[in-house]
Formats: sequence, C-alpha cells, structure tokens
Amino acid sequence: MTAIYSERFWPALRACMCLGIVVFLISPMVIVVIISFSSAPFLTFPPPGLSLQWYRKLSGSSVWLDAIATSATVMLPSALIATFAGTAAAVGLARGRIPGAAMIASLIMAPMIVPVIITAAGMLGVFRSWGLQGTRLGLIFAHTTLAIPYVVFTVLAAMRLVDDQLESAALTLGATQWRAFWRVTFPLILPAVLSGMLFAMVVSFDELVVSIFLSSPTVRPVTVQMWSDVRGDVDPTIAAMGALLLAFSVAALLLETVLNRQRRPVAAPAAKTFPQGMAP
Amino acid sequence: MTEGLLHLNEVSKGFGIVIAVDRISFTLAEGEFLSLLGPSGSGKTTTLQMIAGLTRPTSGEIQLAGRPISPLPPYKRDIGMVFQNYALFPHLTVARNVAFPLEMRHMRRAEIRRRVETVLKLVDLAGFDDRYPRQLSGGQQQRVALARAIVFEPKLLLMDEPLGALDKKLREQMQLEIKHLHKRLGVSIIYVTHDQDEALVMSDRIGVFNKGRLEQIGTVEQLYEQPMTRFVAEFVGESNMVRGAVREAVNGCCTLETADGPLRGRARQAFTIGSAALISVRPERVRLEPGAGVVGDRDRIQGRISEVIYMGRLRKYVIDTAGGQKLVVARQAAGVEAKPLTVGDAVVATFAADDAVVLEDTR
Repeated sequence: MTAIYSERFWPALRACMCLGIVVFLISPMVIVVIISFSSAPFLTFPPPGLSLQWYRKLSGSSVWLDAIATSATVMLPSALIATFAGTAAAVGLARGRIPGAAMIASLIMAPMIVPVIITAAGMLGVFRSWGLQGTRLGLIFAHTTLAIPYVVFTVLAAMRLVDDQLESAALTLGATQWRAFWRVTFPLILPAVLSGMLFAMVVSFDELVVSIFLSSPTVRPVTVQMWSDVRGDVDPTIAAMGALLLAFSVAALLLETVLNRQRRPVAAPAAKTFPQGMAP
Repeated sequence: MTEGLLHLNEVSKGFGIVIAVDRISFTLAEGEFLSLLGPSGSGKTTTLQMIAGLTRPTSGEIQLAGRPISPLPPYKRDIGMVFQNYALFPHLTVARNVAFPLEMRHMRRAEIRRRVETVLKLVDLAGFDDRYPRQLSGGQQQRVALARAIVFEPKLLLMDEPLGALDKKLREQMQLEIKHLHKRLGVSIIYVTHDQDEALVMSDRIGVFNKGRLEQIGTVEQLYEQPMTRFVAEFVGESNMVRGAVREAVNGCCTLETADGPLRGRARQAFTIGSAALISVRPERVRLEPGAGVVGDRDRIQGRISEVIYMGRLRKYVIDTAGGQKLVVARQAAGVEAKPLTVGDAVVATFAADDAVVLEDTR
C-alpha cells in the first residue's frame, strides 16, 4: 500500500515543484512581453487591449535609438576582442606549457566570481584616472573584461575534447605550428569560439551595474537608459525595450544551441545508440 | 651495416629525474623494417617521438641520411608517422586527410588528386574519398592513417603501436598488409610494439627495450638463439632459467654448478669463476627420455612430470627437477603417442650445450 502511495506521490510532487519553478522564472518575462503590446498608457496587467504603440514610440524616440546604437557599438567590439583574447588564452592554457597556468586561469575567471559591484567600483576608480570614465572606449574595455571568462570557459571545454595528437600528426605531415593550429585545431574548436562570442555579446548587451558606473548622459547603453526610466516616468516603452532585449538573448541562445548541435559527431551509420537507461 | 639511413648515437631523454630513454644507439639501414619491442613505459615510444621531432633528446645525436636532425622541427624532417590512435583529422574527409601533407608542401591540385587516388587504391580504400573518419571502421581508419603517412613519400616511416586497437584477426591481416607495403615501397620502417609475435612476424631486426635501455638489437634469430640478457631471453619467446654458480669458463663454453648438477651452455661474455649466473634453455630444445639411459653428450636433469598441458600443436610438460626447480618442456604433439607421458612419471630432461645460453643473473 505505502509503496504504491509513495510511488505516485513523489513523482507528482516533483512535477508540481518543477512546474512552480518554471512559472516563477518565466512569468516575469512573459508579463513584460504582454505589457509591451498593451493599449493602456501605464504599466498595467492584464492590459485592457493590444497595440503596437510602444514599439512605434520606441522606434521614434531618439533617446532610445541612441541607447540602442551605444549598446551595439559597445557590444560588437568588446565581443570581438573578448573572443580573440579569450580564445588565445584558452588555447594557451589547454596546451599547458605555461608555468602557473592554474593561477592565470583563476585570474581570468575572477570577474565571474568577484561581486560585480566591486568590479564596477574598481573600474570606476581606475578608468576615471585614465580618462575613460563616461566614454564608449571605457565601456568597451569594461565589457571585454566581463565577457572574457565566458569565452575562455567555452573554448577551454572544447580544447579538452581535441586530441593533442592531432597537432603532433599535423607537424609530422609538414605543417608548421601556426598552420597546424589554423588547419586542424581551430576548425575543431570553431563552434565553441562562436558560442563564446555569442555569450560575450549577451553579457555586454545585458550588462547594467558596471555600465551605470561608467556611462555618462551622452554615452548611455540600453540597460542604463531602462534603469533611469524605471525610476522616473514608467510607460510601457520600457516593456517594449525589455521584450527586444529578451528576444536578442533568446535568439543568441538558440543560435548557440544550433552551433552546439553541429559540434556533435556527424551521425555514424554503424554506431549503436541506446536510449538512456536502456543500455544492455 | 655501413651506410645507414638513420643513426642514433647515445640518445637520452630525461623527464625531471626520470630517465625515460638511456643512451640508446643504433643504425637503421635503408629499406629495413626495425621493430622496437618492449613493455609499456620502456622508452620505445619516447625514442620514436625523438626521431619524429616531437620530443627533444636531452643528450645524444640523431642523424638522418648523414645529417644531424636534432635542430630540425618535425615539419622539416620528412618522416611519416602513424599514431597509436590514428590521429585522423575528424573535420576532414578521407581524401582531405590524405591530401593534407601534400597541401602543406604546396603541390599542384592535379598532382594532389592523382597521388591521393593512387595511395588510396594502394591501401584498398578506393571510393572512400568523401567519407569522414568516424564513418569508417577501425581497420579502415588505420589504412587512412597509413595512406596519409606515406603519400608524401618519406624515406622513413614511424609506426607507434598502430594495430593496438584492432582485434586479433584484423591485426594479423594488417600485419601482413603492412609487411607487403613495406616490400613494395622500399621505405624504411621503425615499428613500435609490445607484442612479441607481431615483432617476430614483421621485422628484419628487433630492438628490445627495457627500462629505457636498448637491451639488444638483432635479427629475430639472433635474439632467439643468442639472447644477451635475461630480459631478452624471457621477453622474446619462452625460456627455462636454471640458476647456478660458474665453475668453468673455456672458449665460449661455460659450466654452471646447479642444484641439478653441472650444466653447460654457450657464453658470449666473460664470467668470473664462482659468480652467480643463469642457464637459459628454450622449452622445445629440451628432450624428455623416460627413465634413466645413456644419452651421449647431452646434459641431463632428473625429474618428475608435475603437469601436462595439451595445446593442440604442442604438448607442454612441467617437470619438477630433483634439485627443486621447475622446467618447461615443449614437444610437438604429432598424434596419439604410443607410450604417453603422464603426471608423476620419472623422466630425464636433456639438452645440448649448444642449445643453452649462460647469462648474467640480473633482472
């Protein structure tokens, strides 16, 4: 009796909890998206009717367009630099002929662990004395620092899967170290490099705390603009902007998933695969 | 062996305080098939990597075609290498894998196509051009690796346990194929293996490695008939070892005083009288005579059969000798024996002094 009881009870409880967590995590996003199509002039939920007015307002607002332009012009260079530097670091660390590699790795990872507010305060102090505070260049540097760990993480994981005998083989076949990397190793880690770059873009585009510290009225990314709007007059424009941010992140993640799927082995015709838990 | 293709002179490699390869010297003749045989960790793979240029020797010199190659990076050595796990490039097709060394040498496209086609036909993989490595079986991957290593016509081909991952039947087939390929191309091959049968089947000469040292290098026959050390005698084929003290050493013949009386064997080095030594006899060189009897000029050991193992082609007898040693004797199992020997029978084991070798008693 009890066995049957608990056999039904625990899976049901687990399902309920999972559902609760999913609802809790997703509902704010869903609500923001719904409000962005609201016909009411205020942030009310549920909205009385549907309209595209806030998207229209967004596309006609020079403040918002400037903010989007700032975000984009910060995001692209910082993602590119972070991808380049992060990939180089990951390759060097994975091939592991560097003394103190573990030490260097944890330094690179530091921005992921140190509270953002501390990083932000530190950057503010240093960038001010360098004259970078309130400039686009300052934001690019800051976002690059924050994004590098994500690139290093993804590329390092991919490097661990690449047999280092492949490069040795390329060398014996007549390739210089440089060509061996570009012809053999790089194509194999390319999907990871691209996902690292997507992560870097998302990190930069969504970043708020450091950006608040380093932005100025003229150089103000989307997130900072939203932050100041939330504290002032709140109309659903901000929800429309939020929905766009969300769409950007979701698109980036989807793209990343697609890339990762391609990284997996081309279906081997002879390979036997068993559904999980059914292996003999 | 005057004009060798490859010459190693006192080559050593240390990793920290561990000496992986200890003062190895040998010469490889043009067109020769040399196997480096030894247990894992004996330094044979490290030796191969030093020849390929993937590892730098700590000391010593390596010469290829009369020129020292130690300063040359691997990509300037023109030495083909087949890796243990094949190391095929997973993102390239079979044809692109094989074309890789040719592309690195900036060959013309038409020439590359022609050569790739020829070599794939040679390894029996014509028509597999567009497959990816993971779509091939282990044996096929092995052939691609081989094709890729010979397509640029290196004078020297290095193979690092290339058949280790294949099952027994396929391995034996590939052994013959590699051997035929060697004959056909005239390329020199250094072949690393820990499988003595493989080395025996394939090689012109074998170098036996143990603990970073090259214990002995020679033809299969030399290693089998004249092992220089206990390790070689035991690693190449099977050997009976009888311990004793040197009583007499004259003209390359040595007499040992053992628990089973005086026994004689050939000695290649000088022994001091009274020093500990071993006498090594192959199981198939020992004859069994039932009971006592006159046996001419053969040394004799009295004993009793403690075990009979029927192996189809052979019967093996384990003899407990009167002196308390164990002796393995192998006999052709030619058919049903008229008077079969069974466990408990008293026998006399005999062997000729020429079939026994006296070795230093070292591990």
